[in-house]
Amino acid sequence: MEKRDFHIVAETGIHARPATLLVQTASKYNSDINLEYKGKSVNLKSIMGVMSLGVGQGADVTVTADGADEADAINAIADTMKKEGLTE
Amino acid sequence: MADSVSVKDVVQATHLDVYAGAEYLDKRRVTVSDISRPDLELTGYFNYYPHERIQVFGRTEISFAKNMSSEERLLIMRRMCAADTPAFVVSRNLQPFPEMLTAADEAKIPVLGSKLPTTRLSSLLTQYLDSQLAERRSMHGVLVDVYGLGVLITGDSGVGKSETALELVKRGHRLIADDRVDVYQQNEQTIIGEAPATLKHLLEIRGIGIIDVMRLFGVGAVRDRTSISLIVHLQNWDAHQSYDRLGTAEDTQQIFDVNVPKVTIPVKVGRNMAIIIEVAAMNFRAKSMGYDATKTFENNLDQLIQHNSDDE
Repeated sequence: MEKRDFHIVAETGIHARPATLLVQTASKYNSDINLEYKGKSVNLKSIMGVMSLGVGQGADVTVTADGADEADAINAIADTMKKEGLTE
Repeated sequence: MADSVSVKDVVQATHLDVYAGAEYLDKRRVTVSDISRPDLELTGYFNYYPHERIQVFGRTEISFAKNMSSEERLLIMRRMCAADTPAFVVSRNLQPFPEMLTAADEAKIPVLGSKLPTTRLSSLLTQYLDSQLAERRSMHGVLVDVYGLGVLITGDSGVGKSETALELVKRGHRLIADDRVDVYQQNEQTIIGEAPATLKHLLEIRGIGIIDVMRLFGVGAVRDRTSISLIVHLQNWDAHQSYDRLGTAEDTQQIFDVNVPKVTIPVKVGRNMAIIIEVAAMNFRAKSMGYDATKTFENNLDQLIQHNSDDE
């Protein structure tokens, strides 16, 4: 299982648009991918789940991936986070 | 997990009257679901005083206090006012004695009242606090009320959970939560599922987006929470896997300490999942009412085999 922490710097937090992109990225991989925030864990392939967390600026979140392509998945998610300005 | 509930929420949920200290309702918080009846404390025995609990004064406490002197009452009540005592509640429409109000006001503790008898009031308070303070966990799935049974539909992303839920709603069933279901254990046998506040009544359908089920289908199409009676796991059809053909497998999935019955249903083009889930729910109900089609069939088959064997 791969695990990585992210510190969200974007002013708007993970709002609808970046959430959609994260979900689209995660959905390309077969691994089970979860996003954890404030002790709540949701499926990163599920747009509603991700948005229900209401992750704001300054939040620390953890992404875990479990499966054959877990390493690639985490890297792709990290790229998307950075490209969307969610992380630095 | 909520670690505390404000006294204000308790007052609203359990319809308590506020005798004094309305301005402290917001600040005072309850952290435990147990209730205390401070009868022994009134006699001066404070060794095990559970100061963090809501203190309920029933007929016993109020009538005992009547026989104490005013100084004693004030002294005892002041001892009962700890920094974390959430509230004093008087049951049966009894009136709080003046020293309770004085001491509570000094310590900024609200004094509440209820019409209910003490035991009823205690169980109402405990039940509400239990539901609010219980550990919550979020699960990936869709929760639908099918014929009054809470059915949690699980399965990988894209297997068609939300679409199945939409069809169930169209068929007159009720949506509780889509995608993320927050669950907690209410008692030894019951798991309750509800939607997180931001997702209430919403459903995400690929290609359409987010839809508000209550606006589109009316209030009859949604429910706030329900106990989870059955888990239906949707799985892409795999020719190499064998599926339960007779309905004899008794699979369960554990949520907290409860083993919830679970059926796995293969998904394939042309299989109408909504109808299959309706039937799974009805069959589950029939089983819990004592009728098991599989068992009946097996018994009949046994008899036939027996009969044919006798003939030989």
